[in-house]
This record gives sequence, C-alpha cells and structure tokens, in this order.
Amino acid sequence: MSVVEALYQCSGLLAVLVLFATGVLILLLDAFSPLGRKGRLGSVAVAGTVAAWFAAWQSRTTGEALFSQMVVWDRYALFVTSVILAGALLVLLLSLDFQRREGAETGEYHALVLFAATGMILMAQAVHFIMVFLGLEILSISIYVLVGLPRHERRANEAALKYVLLGGFASGFFLYGLTFLYGATGSLTMTGLTAYLGTGGPVFNTYLLLGTALVLVGFAFKLALVPFHLWTPDVYEGAPTPVTAYMAVGVKAAVLAALVRTFWEAIPAVAPHWNTALWILAAVTMTVGNVMALNQPSVKRMLAFSSIAHAGYLLVAVVAGSQSGVTALLVYLLAYTVMNVGAFGVMVVGQRKGVAGEALVDFEGLGFRSPFLGAAMALFVFSLAGIPPTAGFLGKLLVFSAAVEAGYTWLVIVAVINSVVAAYYYLRVVIAIYRRPQTAEAGSMEVIELSGGERAALILAGLLTLAVGVLPQHFWQMARHAALVLG
Amino acid sequence: MDNVFFPILTAMVFTPLLGAAILVFVDRENPTLQRWVTLLAMAAVFVFALIVYGGFDPTRTGMQYEEWAPWVPALGISYHLGVDGISLLLVALTAFLGPICVLACWRDIQEHVKEFLVCLLLLQTGMLGVFLALDLVLFYLFWEVMLIPMALLILVWGHPARRVYAAVKFFLYTMAGSVFMLVGILVLYFYQAKTTGTYSFDLMDFMALRLPFRLQLWLFAAFGIAFAIKVPMFPFHTWLPDAHTEAPTVGSVVLAAVLLKMGTYGFLRFNLSLFPEASIFFAPLMVVLALAGIVYGAFMCLVQKDLKRLIAYSSVSHLGFVMLGLFTFTLQGLQGSLIQMINHGLSTGALFLLVGMIYERRHTRMIADFGGLSTPVPRLAVFFMIATLASIGLPGLNGFVGEFLILLGTFKVKPLWAAVGATGVILAAWYMLWMVQRVFFGQVQSDENRLMADLVPREVALLVPVVACMVWIGVAPTPFLKKSEPAVGRVLARVQRVQHTAHLNSTWNPECLVSWYLADRK
Repeated sequence: MSVVEALYQCSGLLAVLVLFATGVLILLLDAFSPLGRKGRLGSVAVAGTVAAWFAAWQSRTTGEALFSQMVVWDRYALFVTSVILAGALLVLLLSLDFQRREGAETGEYHALVLFAATGMILMAQAVHFIMVFLGLEILSISIYVLVGLPRHERRANEAALKYVLLGGFASGFFLYGLTFLYGATGSLTMTGLTAYLGTGGPVFNTYLLLGTALVLVGFAFKLALVPFHLWTPDVYEGAPTPVTAYMAVGVKAAVLAALVRTFWEAIPAVAPHWNTALWILAAVTMTVGNVMALNQPSVKRMLAFSSIAHAGYLLVAVVAGSQSGVTALLVYLLAYTVMNVGAFGVMVVGQRKGVAGEALVDFEGLGFRSPFLGAAMALFVFSLAGIPPTAGFLGKLLVFSAAVEAGYTWLVIVAVINSVVAAYYYLRVVIAIYRRPQTAEAGSMEVIELSGGERAALILAGLLTLAVGVLPQHFWQMARHAALVLG
Repeated sequence: MDNVFFPILTAMVFTPLLGAAILVFVDRENPTLQRWVTLLAMAAVFVFALIVYGGFDPTRTGMQYEEWAPWVPALGISYHLGVDGISLLLVALTAFLGPICVLACWRDIQEHVKEFLVCLLLLQTGMLGVFLALDLVLFYLFWEVMLIPMALLILVWGHPARRVYAAVKFFLYTMAGSVFMLVGILVLYFYQAKTTGTYSFDLMDFMALRLPFRLQLWLFAAFGIAFAIKVPMFPFHTWLPDAHTEAPTVGSVVLAAVLLKMGTYGFLRFNLSLFPEASIFFAPLMVVLALAGIVYGAFMCLVQKDLKRLIAYSSVSHLGFVMLGLFTFTLQGLQGSLIQMINHGLSTGALFLLVGMIYERRHTRMIADFGGLSTPVPRLAVFFMIATLASIGLPGLNGFVGEFLILLGTFKVKPLWAAVGATGVILAAWYMLWMVQRVFFGQVQSDENRLMADLVPREVALLVPVVACMVWIGVAPTPFLKKSEPAVGRVLARVQRVQHTAHLNSTWNPECLVSWYLADRK
C-alpha cells in the first residue's frame, strides 16, 4: 500500500482520526496543565467533536471497503456517526460544569468520552466482524473507566465492577459466536458471509445458527435487551449522570448500527430464524422495561428502565427490516439521542454532590422554581412518551408504520399498549415538576444558575427534539439515503 | 369565497399559539396584561371564526376554505385544513367559548396565571386543529397535543384533594384509546398503499376507498375505542366525573363544551364515513351503549351530592343522546346530534361557569351547603335557571331542538329505542330541577349563604352571550341546521348507499352481514 493509497483510505476514517487526535491532545495537555485549570480541557473536547462532525460531513461517502475490507464510509455510517457525535457533544457540554461541581476535574474524562466515540463510530463503519469487535471493545473499555471515574463513590465502583464483569462475558459470547460464523462460512467480512450464503432461500446450518445466536447474545448484552439487562439499572444508576446519558444513547446507537449491518447485510439469508428471536426479544424487552419503570422512586433508575424499553421499540424497527424499517430505526435513534440526553441533562444540571436531584421528590415544584428547566424536562419526557409534536412521536410513528408495513401489526399493538404504560411513569415526572413541594426536604433541587454549556446543551437538545417532530422531512430524507446503502 | 388568499383557518388555529408565545415574554409580575393578551388572542380567533361562518356557503357539500401544503411529502403526510358543515358549528362553538373562558378565569386563577393562560391558549390551538384537520396524522397530532395542556390544567390548578388522580386518569384513558386509533390509521394507510399505490394520510383519499368488511370491523373498533373514550360512552365514562369535578372552572367548561365533542365528531367524521358497513354492523351495540349511558348517567345524577359531579354525570346522559342520534342513520338523527353537540356545549358550559362562580364565593360545591340562594343572588339564580331549562330541553331553548330531532329520528327507526331514550329527558327534568330547588329555593340556611355577593358586571357580560345563543338556537334553529345539512347528508348518503345495496329496510339485518362477510372471502 503506497503512501498516497494509505492517505486516501484514511479519508474514510477522518472523523475517527480527528476524535482520536483530540483525545490524545487532551491527555498531553492534561499532563502539563495545573490543577484547577483542567476545566478548559472540556472545551478542547467540544471543539474536537465539532471538528469531527465537520470532517465527517466533508469526507466523501464512497461506500468502498477500506483497509482490506475492514471499514466503509457510506451514508449509513455518516448518519450514525452524526447521531453519535450529537450525543457526545451534548454530553460534553453537560459535563463541563458537572465536573467542576463534583470536584473532580480530570482531563481523562474528556479524552475517554472521545475515545469511546471513536469506538462507536468504528462500529458503525465496520464491515468486518473483527472490526466490529474492536470497536465494541474500544467503546466498552472507555466506558468502563468512565463509569468508575469517581473513585471514592461506592455506587460508581460497584457499577464499574458489574459492568466490567458482565461486559467481559458479553464480549466472550460475541467472540465465540464469531468463531462459529468463521467456521461455518470461512470468512468474517460481511460481503464474504453474504457471498457464501447467497441471496437465495433460507439457509439452515447448525454452526451458522449457533454463531448467529451467540453474536446476538453479545449485542443483546450491550443493548440491555431483556433478559440480558440485569446489569443496566445498577450501572446506569451508579455511573455519573452524564456518563449514564452517554451510555444510554451512544452505546445503543453504535451497537444497533452494527447489529443492523450484521443481520440485514451479512446474514439476511438466515433471517427467518433470527427474526423470530428478535421479535420475541423486542416484545419482552419493551414490556419488562416499562413495567419495571412504573414504580421507581428514582428518576435516574426510571430512565434506566425506560431506556431498556426504548431498546425494545428500536428492535421493532430492526424486526421490520427493509428500507422503511432501517429509516425508522435511524430517525428513532436520532430522536432518542436528543430527548434522552436532554432528560438526563436536566438531571445533571440539578445534581449536587451525592444523590440529590435523582429522586422523584427532588423534582417537585421544579417547574415553578425554574420555569426553563421544568419546561425542558416536560418536553423531553413527553417526547420520550411519544406525544406529538415531538421527535419521540415521529420516531414511534415511523417505527410502527414500518412494522405494520412488514406485517407485524400485532407487534405494533403490543408496542402501543406499552407506550400507554410508559405514559404513566413519564407523567409522574411531569406531575412532580408541576406540583408544589409538600414536605420540607422535598424539592431539594435548588434554583440553579445554568452554566453556558448546560444551557447550550439543553436548548440544542430541545430544538432538535422539536425540529425532528415538526419538520421531519429533511431528517427522514437523510435516514432514507442511509438506509438505501444497506439495500 | 373560494379564492381566499388569506389562510384564515391556519390563522385561526395558530393565533392562540402565537398568543402563547407572546405571553412567555410578558412580565411575570403583570397578570392583568397577561390576561389582556390572552383575551385579545381568543377574540381574534373568534373574529376569524365569524368570518368563516359568515362566508361559509351552505349549498355546497364539500370542504371549504381548504388549505393544503406538503408537510412530510415522503410519507404522504400533508398539512390539510378545511371546514364543512360538520365542523363549522363546532369550530364556531370552540372559538365562541375562548374569550368567555378567559373572562371566566379573570379573578378565579391567582396563582401561576401566566402558565394557566399559556395552557388555555395551547388547548385552543389543539381543539381547533382537531376539528379542522383533514389529514389523519395532523388530526392525530392535534388530538394528542391537546391532552398535555388539559392534563396540566387539572394537575396544577385543579382541586387539591384529587387532582393528580384525575389528571392521570384523564391522560391515560385518552391515550389508551388513541394509540389504537394510531394503529388503525397506519393499517388504513398501508391498505390504501397496497390497493391503489398512493401513499397518503389524506382523509379525502381514504374516503374514496372501498374497504373489505372485515377490515372495516377492525378499523371501526380501533377508531371507535378512541372516540368512545373521549365521548365518553358508557362504560368508558369513568374518567369524566373525576376530570370534570377536579378541574378548575374553565377546565371543566372546556372539557364539557368542546373536548367531549371531539369524540362524537370523530364518530361522525371518520367512523360513519369511512366504515359504513361496519357502522351498520355495530349500530345495535352503539345504540344500546348510548341508551345505557342516557339512563345510567341520569340515575347517577340523582344521587350526587356535589354540583359539579352532578353536571358531569348529566354530560354522560346528554352525550348518550348524541350517540343515539348518530347511529340512527337518519337525517333528523344526525342533524339533531350535531346541533345537540352545540347545545350541550352551551348549556353545560354555562352550568359549569355558574357553579364555578358559586364555588368562587362559597368554596364549596356540596348541594347540602346551599339553599335559598335565589334571595341573596337573584341574578345568578336567573342565569342558572335558564341554563338548567336549556339543559333539560324546554321548548324555546336550544336543548329542545336537539333532543326532539334525535328522538324523532330514532322513532322512525325503532320506536322502542326512542321510548327508552325519552326516559332520559324525563329523568333530566327530575334531577336538574330537584338540584335547582335544593340550591336556590327554600330558606337561606347559613349566614355565609345570606351574605353571598351577586354577579359582577364582568360575569354578567360573559353569561349574556351564552344565554343569547341558547335562545337564538331554540327559537330559530333553521339557519344553523341549514349550514350543516349538505355535509350531514353526504355522510348519510355513504351509509345509506350501503344499506341500499344490501336491500336493508331496517338498520340491522343478519343476512346482509353474512353476505358482506362472504363477499369478503371471495
């Protein structure tokens, strides 16, 4: 490979390279900047993310497999990358002040967020299963560290340990699945698998099915699909809130992107087998997630369960397949990213050292003490509940219509019943916000002066939530172009 | 008035939203200015509605003042508004009650005035949107959007004891119904795409479809559950007494006067028009539920101790009449239902306003706490009496016109149904007059009642137009009926064409249903 050739291939990895370079730069700067001045490193990370976004949109989407069939840069990857970067950007903006308040300003934090983003983007770009695995590990290891970063907090330590152990298991399953896939087909590239299996009728091959199932287990762990979700509530609750937001959106987006590529691009020939598994997972995931969320006294834990439920809705789109399914999935991912980070963001803003700002009672009367925060939280929560005219509604509309089109009407009925169940616990948050505090210690979330970064993040998330809901045409078009790549 | 360049319907729907946006920037410490801004926005809506009403051509059957713009062309979602004889009166009613509601809460609401007015304006946008939307996604959007401000009205400004319960119940009940409608809309959309190749959510396109009978049954059920909960039809009515009772006065007025009509409007606009065969199939069930609602609601009224709850249950009974009229499939029945929707809005709205005024003065709504109120508050008593008489259908007032037409239409189809329905009228006279007697006549019991202040000019000013409308419709209903006749006739024609092809004389004939079913299987 000549130098020119190598440079050309690098152009397909521009976003990843920018993020990686910024992360390394932050680590270097961190070593030389005095304590108390490290807050500025966050701004570097924000700048790096924006630069990566520009890099992503500037580089041509060739759809050509680069670095010996490892990664591609196509419109699908571009869309997912944009979603991941939007999530990372919002999280970084929210962390700027959070870090200072928690008294734990560290440069590594920002670098790790960026490294995790590189892993996520690589997963979205990967067309080789080893690359999928590498992306998964890059993002997982970064996130393990991020979860455990508040070293002196027991909850965070516990969460990190749980996540590492179970995440390690999941990776093991995934790798084991890859060995079966390789054994069955003799290839680990997606095109290789497709070529081997052909596009004809359904294929039956024990090792192939075993591999598929194990790979699915690996994905399901990372996506927190029921019954592989048991780590989720504890880890989400124990992690610092911005990290929780990041886990809930970024990781899901990346893993789903890889999952869709795997299942619809590499092994669609086995679709009749895995589709059954997927719709069962979808139905169980959303039902269990919603039911468990119903009675949580902690909003953070409630949002953890709700993100499990949302993974179920997302899976409905995967089950629907076809272009409209993938389009719906991508739009829903975008909607989910902005509204979920927004909801976690309001919590981040209100959070003080310890756990204040996580319980439902802490939100009591927020709408009157801080009309901006109250209205923002209400907007995000209504969007999560799928009430128009928000992004959440549009996402649900697209997902459900894709599923109806594919003939899964009854799965949609399960999903809509679920969304009514979900409306109850989302409504509880709104009730708390617009209710005057009843006890002295309730409503401990003080009136907070928002920092610039937090305000920017919430406004950005709110505007996107409304924009996707009210004027979806443009976003839909982008998602459609992305979906066309997968054929 | 076809070449209107000014998008008047859009202006009407979004003026309240604009008002809400302006309100956000009005100084928090200046509630009076906030009230005036709101009143102005509501008045502007009313003016637009008057222009539309005046310019509406009653001789044409189709939609008028239509506005169309692509919204999400990729999915066939469009921004399509229009008004016809069915929605015209409801839009007028909604716009008419807007300024009245603002005046009614002028003194009533003292806490978080700004938020309250924002909710009220958003609600107005949502309600007008529901009546004017001709694209099903747009319709669904307005339908759901309107839930949020209404739930907040109950939640924040409701009666403290049970407001959370009432708000949650209202929200979940309505949402539970409407998600099935969403599935129904999607199924309809893909059926259309499959058979005709057009991807569109436009109601006009759906109207042109001929749906197989079994699909119609499912879709009727999916749409029907959403509307039946909203109406509310017995046995889906349990959210209503709670929501009405716990809501602040204005909330109850809007709920009773407009929100409930969205359900009956939905039946008339969607179920009867889109699924005529299924409508005939379900007619006996709907009629039985309507009659059950009439009688059950009336009996529940008799045992209520709380004024607001009594009026709330009377809505169940009155809305039963509307549903009864709709499923007779006669011109009189449908026309009567439509005018009865307006009547109920006016008379029940007025009653809730008056109860609110009493509550404002005495901070109780229990019938037992009152007695002899006509001595200290004669003006209030007069208005209350008129509203009561309108509600029970005294000839010369509006309630009579609607109930008479409905019962006439019902009698033509099945005298027995009319006989059962008519008991509702008698019971209404009983519970309403008995309530008036206990509250306004007899001896004044307590000093608090004796010292009650009578209506202030603002209150008189907001009640007079309502009462004037009651008399106007009661004395001269023809102009109102004329406006709606062609549109109602068109809906009826769709149902009757099906009846006709099946050689049906009565509404329900098992043989014909079997034949439809078999025709499907071929």
